[in-house]
Amino acid sequence: MSLLTIKYFLSEAFKSLYRNRLLTFATIANVAICILILGAAVLLTLNASNIIDNLESDVEIVAFIDKDLADSDEDHLKNKIEKIEGIKSIDFVSKEEGLKRLQEKFGGLEYDLGSTLEENPLRNSFEIQVVDPHQVPEIAKKVEKLSGVYKVNYGQGVVEKLFQVTKWVRIVGLVTIVLLAFGAVFLISTTIRLAIFSRRKEIYLMKLIGATDWFVRMPFFLEGVFLGLIGAVIAILCLAVGYGSIIGHVDTVMFFSIITDMGLLINIYLILLGAGIILGILATYFSLNKFLDV
Amino acid sequence: MLVQFYNVSKIYPNGVKALDDVSLKIDRGEFLFLMGPSGAGKSSFVKMLFREEMPTRGQIFIASRSIVRMKRSEVPKLRRNIGIVFQDFKLLENKTVAENIAFAMEVVGSPHRQIKKRVTQVIKQVGLEGCENTFPGQLSGGEQQRVGIARALANEPLLLIADEPTGNLDIDTSLEIMDLLYDINRKGTTVIMATHARELVKAAHKRVVMLEKGQIISDTQNRYEEQPI
Repeated sequence: MSLLTIKYFLSEAFKSLYRNRLLTFATIANVAICILILGAAVLLTLNASNIIDNLESDVEIVAFIDKDLADSDEDHLKNKIEKIEGIKSIDFVSKEEGLKRLQEKFGGLEYDLGSTLEENPLRNSFEIQVVDPHQVPEIAKKVEKLSGVYKVNYGQGVVEKLFQVTKWVRIVGLVTIVLLAFGAVFLISTTIRLAIFSRRKEIYLMKLIGATDWFVRMPFFLEGVFLGLIGAVIAILCLAVGYGSIIGHVDTVMFFSIITDMGLLINIYLILLGAGIILGILATYFSLNKFLDV
Repeated sequence: MLVQFYNVSKIYPNGVKALDDVSLKIDRGEFLFLMGPSGAGKSSFVKMLFREEMPTRGQIFIASRSIVRMKRSEVPKLRRNIGIVFQDFKLLENKTVAENIAFAMEVVGSPHRQIKKRVTQVIKQVGLEGCENTFPGQLSGGEQQRVGIARALANEPLLLIADEPTGNLDIDTSLEIMDLLYDINRKGTTVIMATHARELVKAAHKRVVMLEKGQIISDTQNRYEEQPI
C-alpha cells in the first residue's frame, strides 16, 4: 500500500466527516453518551460488588463450646473443625475474652459486668472464617454436628437474605451492561449506515470501476474508528472528572468504601477507549456489507 | 474473441425471464449496437458483462476467461478492463471534472504522476480542455456525458460498455457523442452500446443485435443493410 493510498483514505475519511458534519457531530455525541452510560454502569457495578465483597467477607461462624469440655478436648475439636473443607482460619476465644469484648461493647467503664454477674455466663468459643462466604450456612451445619459444640451462630436468616440480595444486584448490573453495549452498537451502526447511505452512489461507482472491497471499506473504517475514538475520549473525560469529584466527596462522608485504585480506574478507561474503537469498526462493518454486494 | 455468451439464461427470483438461451460472440475491435424494446433483456445482458449480475444458466467468457466461475476477489480485476458509460452519467457532484476522472484511477491504485498525465490525455480526447476544474452541475448534458466517457477511458479498457449513453440527450448532442464513441472504437477499443435510438443505429452501419423477450431475434453480423428494423 503506497503512501498516496493512505493519504487518499485519510483525506476521504475526513472530507466525508466534514461534509456530513452534522451527522458526524450527532454520531460522536451518540457514542459519547453510550460509552458514558456504559462506563457509569461498569463503575457502579464494580463499586456495588466491592461493597458486597466487604459485607460478605465480614460473615463468620461462631461456634460455642460445651461448658464442661476439657482443654484437651477443645484442642481436639479445633483440629476437627480445621479439617472441614473451606475453612480459612479459626480463632479460639476464651469466655474471659468474650466477657471483656462484651464489656467494651457496653461502654467499658459505665457498667461493670464482671461485678454485676456473679459468674461468667459465657462459653469458650471458636470464631471461624471461611474461604467462600457463600458456604457459611453449609459449613456451620457441619460444625454444629461435631460433639462438644453447644451452638453455632452466623446470623442465621440474615446471611441467606444478604446473599439473595447481592446475587440479584450482580445479575441486574451485568444485564444492564450487556443491554447498553447492544444499544450502543445499534445506535452507532444506524448513524454510520446513514453516512454510508448518503454515499451509496459513490460506493456503487467505485465497485463498478473495479475497486476492491477493502479499498471501498477503508475510508469508512477510518471514519468509524475516528467517531468511536473521539466519542470514547469525551465519555472518558466526563467519567474521570465526575468520578474524581465523587471520590473527593464520598470518601469523607459515607461509611462504605468506593474504588479509588488509580491503576484499576485507568484500566477501565482504557477498556472503554478500546470499546469505542471496536464499536466503530463493528458498526461500520455491519453497515457496509449490504452496499458492497455489487 | 473478446466476448462469448454460451446459452445464457437469466431468470430473476420473481420469475421474470430476462434472457433466454442467448449465444453470441463479439470480436476484439468490434462496434456493436444492442437494440430492443424495454424489458427485452438489454440491461441484464449489459450487467452480466461486468458481473453486476450472474447468469442463471450458461457461460460467459471475456478475453477467454469464464466470468461465471470467477472468484469474487477477481471481479475488480475484470472490471478494470471494462469502461462503463451510464445513461444518467453517474458523476460525483462534489468533485470537479478532473477529480471525477482521476477518481477512476485512484480507486484502482494508480500512481499519482500517471493519473495526472492520463487525466490530461483523456480530457483532450473527449474535447473538454478548459473544463478541468468545473463541477458537473455547471456543464451541459452532452459535456457531462463526455466526462462520463473520459472516466470510462481513464484505465485504458479493452471493452467500453455504453448503456443508453444518449438517452438523456438531444439528437445533435447524441450525434457528437456517437462520433466520440466511433473515434474510441477506431483507436482499438471494443464498444458495446445498448440503445433505443433507431436513427443513430441506422446512420452508423455497424453490427446490430436485436433482443426481444430475452432472445436474439436478429444479428446483422456487420451486414446491417440487409436487416429491416
